[in-house]
Amino acid sequence: MRTKSIAAFLLGTALAVTATGGALAQDKTVKIGVLTDNSGLYADLGGPGSTLAAQMAIEDSKIATKGWKVDLISADHQNKPDIGTAIARQWIDVEKVDVFMDVLNSGVALAVNNVVKEKNSVMINSGAATSDLTNAQCTPNTVHWTYDTYMLAHSTGQALVKAGGDTWFFITADYAFGHALQRDTAAVVTAAGGKVLGDVKAPLNNADFSSFLLQAQASKAKIIGMANAGGDTTNTIKQAAEFGIVKGGQKLAGLLLFLTDVHSLGLNVAQGLNLSSTFYWDMNDQTRAFAKRFAERAKNKAMPTMVQAGVYSGLLHYFKALEALGGNPHDGAKVVAKMKELPTDDPLFGKGSIEPNGRALHPAYLFEVKAPSESKGPWDYYKLVGTTPADKAFRPLSESACPLAKK
Amino acid sequence: MQALYAQLLVGLINGSFYALLSLGLAVIFGMLNIINFAHGALYMMGAFVAYFLLNLGGINYWWALLLAPIIVGIFGMILERTMLQWLTGLDHLYGLLLTFGIALIVQGVFQNYFGSSGLPYAIPDQLKGGMNLGFMFLPIYRGWVVVFSLVVCLATWFLIEKTRLGAYLRAATENPTLVRAFGVNVPRMITLTYGLGVGLAALAGVLSAPINQVRPLMGADLIIVVFAVVVIGGMGSIMGSIITGFALGVIEGLTKYFYPEASNTVVFVLMVLVLLVKPTGLTGRAA
Repeated sequence: MRTKSIAAFLLGTALAVTATGGALAQDKTVKIGVLTDNSGLYADLGGPGSTLAAQMAIEDSKIATKGWKVDLISADHQNKPDIGTAIARQWIDVEKVDVFMDVLNSGVALAVNNVVKEKNSVMINSGAATSDLTNAQCTPNTVHWTYDTYMLAHSTGQALVKAGGDTWFFITADYAFGHALQRDTAAVVTAAGGKVLGDVKAPLNNADFSSFLLQAQASKAKIIGMANAGGDTTNTIKQAAEFGIVKGGQKLAGLLLFLTDVHSLGLNVAQGLNLSSTFYWDMNDQTRAFAKRFAERAKNKAMPTMVQAGVYSGLLHYFKALEALGGNPHDGAKVVAKMKELPTDDPLFGKGSIEPNGRALHPAYLFEVKAPSESKGPWDYYKLVGTTPADKAFRPLSESACPLAKK
Repeated sequence: MQALYAQLLVGLINGSFYALLSLGLAVIFGMLNIINFAHGALYMMGAFVAYFLLNLGGINYWWALLLAPIIVGIFGMILERTMLQWLTGLDHLYGLLLTFGIALIVQGVFQNYFGSSGLPYAIPDQLKGGMNLGFMFLPIYRGWVVVFSLVVCLATWFLIEKTRLGAYLRAATENPTLVRAFGVNVPRMITLTYGLGVGLAALAGVLSAPINQVRPLMGADLIIVVFAVVVIGGMGSIMGSIITGFALGVIEGLTKYFYPEASNTVVFVLMVLVLLVKPTGLTGRAA
């Protein structure tokens, strides 16, 4: 029995070797899965646009002309961690997906992060905010590409405290992302000599923020930090205007505000808000060229958000690592190690690198939303007011709780 | 203490949306025996119609308050004529599934064309600004919402419970064959009733457009809570749904103040409690 199975094994190997034309010839197939929110409150900032960005990365990398066979699939995790992990398991076990792209929503991202590590797959996260992905929860299988709560907290938080906003009240989305963003921002505020006067945890996808705004108003804090995202942020901003919060002398801080949010609010309401981003379509010729091509193919002709841009760039870098390896080893940790070894360089985020903990580094930009009179037309929304260099924008390795960072 | 007054008032504002929506549901359930899961989608359509009227036709908010309910109401009546009427006499489940399917389709179509983050709709000039009540800054628009929806709710109640037309309606629910024998066109009356319920949803949509973003999913987020309101108030009870709508808005507002984490579950906890103690709802009569 035993000899029989060994013989079968040898025969099988021999067949496999002949089939691929030699022991060293590498498998050149790769399957990409975009796991995102296709139908909920984050669908505009990631969603189908993230899948389009992945498609464009496949085309622009010309990887197919180099003998690679690339498959792209996408799914909707509905912002539910249990659905996200179920899809992740099915994608790895049945669909043989090699790399997870986007995975916005911090709650879902942290859950999928565990599956990806357990199954030795790859996640290039663009949309999730929580800095825990490269801190306590870091894995050798995850790269966090676009931004995180640490970066947002430091870029926006520091700028506002410097401008005199030394007392804060937080309206926080009540899940992993909101908590992380509030924690990281509060740390920045206190370190800069400011004070946090209070907070309120609002349920995700809340329609009416007036109760919370009244509490923020009563706190008399100079800055109301909105540690939420998407529709929650736009509703908070809109209703804050209604309750005369800004007129009353308090300032709103959109800690995470996307281009699509500003578009949806309109400049009349959004003007003057500060926000941080690692990408804006109107930065240079390369970003403009990409954005133009993207918008032509996107639904509603929308310009890309930083999340979608991150999917594009992250995937380009993943392909570079695969090519450097000469083929797909179907070994997630190995590919990610290669990604960290290679310097990053792409048209949207420029030159950078990936830290041992999986954090991709690029400069962070502080923007101010233009007044309607300054805007030349649709999607002309931001003006640059400050830049944090790549090595200062994210949490330094020395402060990281990630075991991979200790060497 | 001042903060508490403010939260009570804010609760009342949210309660007016619950009341308007649950009233429409109660009217439809009471007269047609249909659990209208498309209500949230129709509420959303009301807001979108207001947006289109303003941006495509230059028609302002005040006209939208009148026109959007009529337009969406006609859409509702077409739904009733072409689909819902065939469900008469069947189990509630059929109506629920059909309307739920309609809701998904309508939301999907809107999301496909307008994305998920929504469109801006400004507060009309006449209602901009606010007044200082001492304990809070009340935006005039919010005050208007409470007053207006209260008037609409009471008018609807009056129409159904106190007028001859309402009497016909109630009689037609009780015994359609008999009412038909008196020469009343019962199917047409039922279609109009559905139109009325849908119109109320659209009206709530127009009212909410300046407060929330006009989003395809705005109704989906709200409708589950509204169903809980209807269940608590007693299915099909007109006054019950109005009172419960306002009351639950207030209770939710207080929860947002004392324990915000529970503010999106408190209504359901109450629903469970009420169902345990009084399965027909607070004002419902046993079937």
